[in-house]
Amino acid sequence: MRADEIAAIVDELVPGAVRQRVLEAIDPYIVIDPARLPEVCRALRDDDRLRFEMLNCISGVDYLEPDPKKAAKAGFEPHLEVVYHFSSISLGHRFVVKLILPRWKDDVPGQLPEVPSVESIYRTADWHEREVYDLCGVMFTGRSGLRRILTAEDWQGHPLRKDYEFPLEYHGIRGR
Amino acid sequence: MGVLENRFEGDLITTSLEQAINWARESSLWPMTFGLACCAIEMMATGASRYDIDRFGAGAFRATPRQADLMIVAGTVNFKMADRVRRLYNQMPDPKFVIAMGACTCGGGPYYKYGYNVVKGVDLIVPVDVYVPGCPPRPEALLEGLMRVQDKVRRMRQLTRGQPLELPVPARTGRVLLPEELATLEKANAFAAANKERAKPAKV
Repeated sequence: MRADEIAAIVDELVPGAVRQRVLEAIDPYIVIDPARLPEVCRALRDDDRLRFEMLNCISGVDYLEPDPKKAAKAGFEPHLEVVYHFSSISLGHRFVVKLILPRWKDDVPGQLPEVPSVESIYRTADWHEREVYDLCGVMFTGRSGLRRILTAEDWQGHPLRKDYEFPLEYHGIRGR
Repeated sequence: MGVLENRFEGDLITTSLEQAINWARESSLWPMTFGLACCAIEMMATGASRYDIDRFGAGAFRATPRQADLMIVAGTVNFKMADRVRRLYNQMPDPKFVIAMGACTCGGGPYYKYGYNVVKGVDLIVPVDVYVPGCPPRPEALLEGLMRVQDKVRRMRQLTRGQPLELPVPARTGRVLLPEELATLEKANAFAAANKERAKPAKV
């Protein structure tokens, strides 16, 4: 199925959720309202025309140019994106859904932006969400056991954020 | 053993108890099965038939630290693992030896600058006896490191000198403590000026 047909079905099933369509890209994607992600995922999985059985991965992307001189030329405002890749094994098509989030919730540094969890829809999202939380600092709501998966339990900060500062010391061991 | 040598029949050997103990100890260093990353593959190759670490008596890789006396830290140590490495080291019975295998354990290696979670050298966690650099080191290099540990065992003098066998676990952070005369910027400048003064050629 072509990407524009998939986008049209999503629009039909979850009206008003889609904010932006980029269907000419190599990986065509739609940008949706973060609050309506579970509805969209349920539609993608359960509709007979779509049948996206598999969530390949969840990726967190931090759009920030830390160098103030280059920030003007960067071509984007600072924001976070969470990217969901879906595949349908039975129908053999793929699709990408993106969420655009602020880097901090309500622009208060330290308050992580929130996304509703899809762990109850795609079981595989459990570890992926934990990884995105751990490294990019996105809070997934409506699920249990959201804790760090790669770094240590008592780690400070989210290492793949562009403005992350390396720890000077961890448990008395020099960090740099 | 100069006085006693060759004064007995051919099937009798004279040696000192200490040398005998060291010889036995160096010939049966039991390493711990402890591979953390890609260096572990080379460590396995060292243990396999082609390089055969068993020729040096160190082929009995033990699955528990309590039966091992050589820890080959093979691979990148990250902060999450650091506490475990230290605990495993503490669980080993004395005398114990540590080989830091590979660039990562020697000093951070390729992760030195941008590895936010990599310990910059395992010597910040446990005392290291022999460093084997390389990324990863060849099995021959690890065998060389093992032989250097054996040299160290051979020189142990715990009976005659009464040295304590236990090595202290470093509690240091790895930061360099400056000596008193360099502690502050003013003192350091004064120290440098005094040094310069002292280095001037003597007036004739």
